[in-house]
Parts: sequence; C-alpha cells; structure tokens
Amino acid sequence: MGYTVFYLSAIVIVPLSMIFFNTIPMGWEPFVNAVTAPRVLASYKLSFSTAFFAALFDALAGLLTAWVLVRYRFPGREFLDALVDLPFALPTAVAGICFATLYSPNGWLGEILTRWNLQIINTPTGIVIALIFIGFPFVVRTIQPVLEEVEQEIEEAAHCLGATRLQTFKKIILPHLFPALLTGVTLAFARGIGEYGSVIFIAGNLPMKTEIAPLMIMSKLDQFDYAGASAVALVLLCISFSMLLVLNAVQEWQQKEYRS
Amino acid sequence: MGIELQNITKTFGEYKAIDNLSLNIASGDLIALLGPSGCGKTTLLRIIAGLEMADSGKIILENKDTTNLPPRKKNVGFVFQHYALFRRLTVFENVAFGLKVLPLRERPSRSEIRDKVEHLLKLVQMDWALKRYPSQLSGGQRQRVALARALAVNPRVLLLDEPFSALDAKVRQELRRWLRKLHDEIHVTSIFVTHDQEEALELADKIVVINKGRIEQQGTPQEVYDHPANAFVYNFLGNVNVFHGRIHNGKVSLGNHHVDAPDDLKNIEEKPSQTFVRPHEIGISRIRSNDNDLAGTIREVRLLGGQIGLNLECEGLDGPIEAEIPRELFINLQLEKGVQVFVTINRVRVFTGDYEI
Repeated sequence: MGYTVFYLSAIVIVPLSMIFFNTIPMGWEPFVNAVTAPRVLASYKLSFSTAFFAALFDALAGLLTAWVLVRYRFPGREFLDALVDLPFALPTAVAGICFATLYSPNGWLGEILTRWNLQIINTPTGIVIALIFIGFPFVVRTIQPVLEEVEQEIEEAAHCLGATRLQTFKKIILPHLFPALLTGVTLAFARGIGEYGSVIFIAGNLPMKTEIAPLMIMSKLDQFDYAGASAVALVLLCISFSMLLVLNAVQEWQQKEYRS
Repeated sequence: MGIELQNITKTFGEYKAIDNLSLNIASGDLIALLGPSGCGKTTLLRIIAGLEMADSGKIILENKDTTNLPPRKKNVGFVFQHYALFRRLTVFENVAFGLKVLPLRERPSRSEIRDKVEHLLKLVQMDWALKRYPSQLSGGQRQRVALARALAVNPRVLLLDEPFSALDAKVRQELRRWLRKLHDEIHVTSIFVTHDQEEALELADKIVVINKGRIEQQGTPQEVYDHPANAFVYNFLGNVNVFHGRIHNGKVSLGNHHVDAPDDLKNIEEKPSQTFVRPHEIGISRIRSNDNDLAGTIREVRLLGGQIGLNLECEGLDGPIEAEIPRELFINLQLEKGVQVFVTINRVRVFTGDYEI
C-alpha cells in the first residue's frame, strides 16, 4: 500500500498537480478567457470529434482483427500479432511523417486521391486516420484476452439451441466482449485526444480548422504563455480524468450485475 | 427408431476416430456410450449433434435424415461436460435462449416462454434461481440448468457429453439418480457419454461399449456385465485379475495352478489364453475347503467402503492378486496383514483372443 501510494504520487500525481498549481496564480477571469478563446474552443471540438470517430472505427477494426488473431490459425499469424503493437512502439513523430508523405499530393496515396479531388492532408479526415493508427492496438489488446476466454463450447451450445451465427455473436459473444471493448475504445479515445506527434504533420495546423488541443498548448508555450498553456492543459486533464471515471463506473455497474 | 447411425466413419488426419460404426437406438431409451478416453465416444456424440461432420455414413434421428443438417437445424439437445452456460445471461435467460432465437413466426409469445422456462426449471429443481447468474451456482446446479436449457427446444434427442465428470463424487451420485428419474418422466431418447463403468451400469437402459472407434458390445447393463463379449469389455467393466497362461486339454493354467476350462473352450487342444477373475468372485477362508484351493498370504488390506480389498500373494501364481470380501467376513475371520488364508477361485472367464492389456 505504502509503495503504491509512493509510486503513484511520484509518477502520476505530483507531475499532474503541477499543472494545477501553475494555473492557480492566473486568476479566474484570465483562465476562463484563455480556455474559451475561439481558437482554443475550436481545437477542443476538433480533438474530441476526431478522437471519437477514430475510436469508433478502431472498435470495428480492432474487434475484427482480434477475432481473426484469436480464432484462425494461419501462417504469419504471429508476425501479424506482433505488428499490432507497432503503433505503441513507434515514435509517434515517425508515424506522423509516414502519413504526411503517404497522403501528400505527390505521395503514393495522395496522388491517387488528388486525381479524384480528395484531400486528406490538412483536413480533419487526415487527423482521424492518424488517430485510428495510434488507437488501434488499445482495442485489439484489450479484446484479445477476453475473446480467448470464450470457449468454443459456448458457441456450440448456442448453435445446438438453434441460434444462427449472427444471433450467437449478437446475444452471446458481444455482451461478453462489451466491457473489454468499452475499455479499449475509451483508451483509444483518451489517447486520441492527447496525441500530438503523429497528428501535427498530417493536420497542417490551420487555425480554427485543423489545430488540435495539444497543439494549442505547444503554441502557447512557444509564446512563453506558460499560464495559458497550463490552463488549456488543465481542461484536457479534467476531461480525460472524468472520462476514465465514467468508464470505471460503467464497468462497475456491468460487473455487479452478474457477479457478486 | 430413435437414433439410427449407419456406417459412420470419421478420421482426423491419419487417426481413425470412428471406424465404420452402425448403431440403432430405440425411441425413449437412455443409452450409455462407454469407453476409455480417446476411444471416439465424444466424437460420435458430436457427429450426431452435427458439431462434427462424419466423413461418410448416415445419421437418422426420429426417422428424419439429418446427416447434412447444421447443428442449429438438427434439433438436438446437447449438454456439455463443462456446462457451457452463457455467463452474461441469467438462469432464466439461459433456458429461454433456445426459444428466443426461433424465427419470429415460430417463436412462442413472451408469456408462453415464461411458462415453459418456469416449468423446465421446476423440473430440474432450479426454479428458485431464475434471476441468478451461472457464476453464482454450484457445478451440479449449473449442469441442471444446462439440462433445462437443452430441453427447452423440445429436442428430438438429448446428448450428454460426460455430464457428471466435472462434479465431485457425492454430487455425481445424486445427479445420476436424479437424471434417471427425470428420464423416466420425460422419455426423450438420450445418449450419454462416460468413461465411468459404474455410471453406465447404474444409469443406462442399454450400454454400448466402444473401443478404438468400434463397438465392442452392446446390451443391457446386466448382459454386458455378466456376459462380456470379449476381454476388452470384461476388463473395462470393473476391476479384474488377469492371468496369462494356456488352455490345455480342457484345463486352464493360471501359473502353476489349473482350473477347468469353460464348456465352450473344452475342446481346444492347446492355445494361449487369458483368464479373468473379478476381485469379488474370489473366496477367502481360514481352512482349506477343497484340493483346488490355493494357499496365500495377505500382503495388504484396503478399506473400500463396505468392502475390504485384499492384496494376496498365492502359491503357484506369478503375481499378486486382488480380492474383495464383505467387511463382516473380514471381521469374522479375524484377518490382518500377514495372515495365511486359502483362496478359492469361484468363477473365471477365459478368452483366447490375442487381445492385450
């Protein structure tokens, strides 16, 4: 217990509380002004919406990938399994540069898209693509162990009782996976809000259009507006924290129902 | 006919799990598929349920050819060894599942489902647990819920895959008797797989002994136990002493000891034989009652509930033999380790095949 508190303080609580203390001297009015400036509000909106859509897409893609990795045995499966972790391991700036070159008007994909008059780079869509990449392993890695836990027998039992594959998935497997899926998606979402490195290269950072919230913090720091940066950061922190709280509450409620 | 299996064959790679097996089961019977692990009995059950596809052969359930139907169309109730209950659903929802997934026009109304589920849960004595989750129940209770769930869809046949093997001895006994009683009430053609001969003997109307993907023998428990068709069946149904020897001019040798050969083997001049004696068919006394008795020494005494197990070293026999005598006799004769006794071998079964244990 003592150790847990110590490490938690040293690693998490103390650094995060600095944001709080940095913001206090600012006073209420400048704080409100800083966090409700139109550019800042636009960046919040952008960060949350792109992270949300990316997480949603990750939910589908992650579920499918986890399913294939758990249920099917094929050559190269282990390689694929290792590949899932790549977004974790890769410096996010590297990912950012990859996306930027891929989708730039003379990149492989960018060239094709330009021909169709589609633009990915410098748009929110580009941000979503980067965030999908970053959030993907969270979903796969949280679902995988739970899916492995679902015995074949459970499905066989459902089939014997007359259920189609779709019914079995909908009524038996999905409810089973739901808590893990929720955790994975929330983690991907939270990560998406905070993601910086991989996004800024592809986003183009046009004010009011493709400026994400972490970028606002960086640009305020660049202008030596430390208090303003802390203020924006504090809001992000509060939102992330409350999201995790809600997630925990939902899971608690889910678990309580069928255990105890 | 309840279940007709015609020439079923199933191989896994090189391994022949089911070898051209045919079997007929009368409607309403409770059948035990008995065999050692790996003999193919579970595979056979899964083939009947459609969970496994046979390489060749036909499966006819209640006069309907179901060979090529997927499991969900077979209308078979399957009870798994480890229950396979839906953990996220309550007991009520588990049992109702089979009814709720029916196509809309066949699906009973909400209240009909409710009545049916409650009736079934009453039948398995689990009606107090409607709102519980499987994790809140004991193993025996879970298996009863699983049974109710399988029965909810009015299955043509009920298949149980080692239904009691995950339970402890006491619960297993209880549930066995209870299942027998339940079957007498509902009369659905049922097959259960087991490797426990006691379970098969106690529970089944008929026993089908399987080994290496083939049927060794089938018949009522009485028939199979009293007239085993071959050495494998004899050996598999209960504890047994085995003597390897020869038949020679109407006599069977057990080591240096000889007994009369059974009538059907009297005419054999000379052949290697295996002689089987059940432990409880060995008589023990303090005095020699006839010339054929063997002198022996008790080397070990074991308590087996109502019986006492004795490990004896006998003059003229190659190895030690096992005997079981009633506790009362054990006390009356004042037996203990090291005591000299006389051993009467009452009943032997002799097989001349080349079967090996």
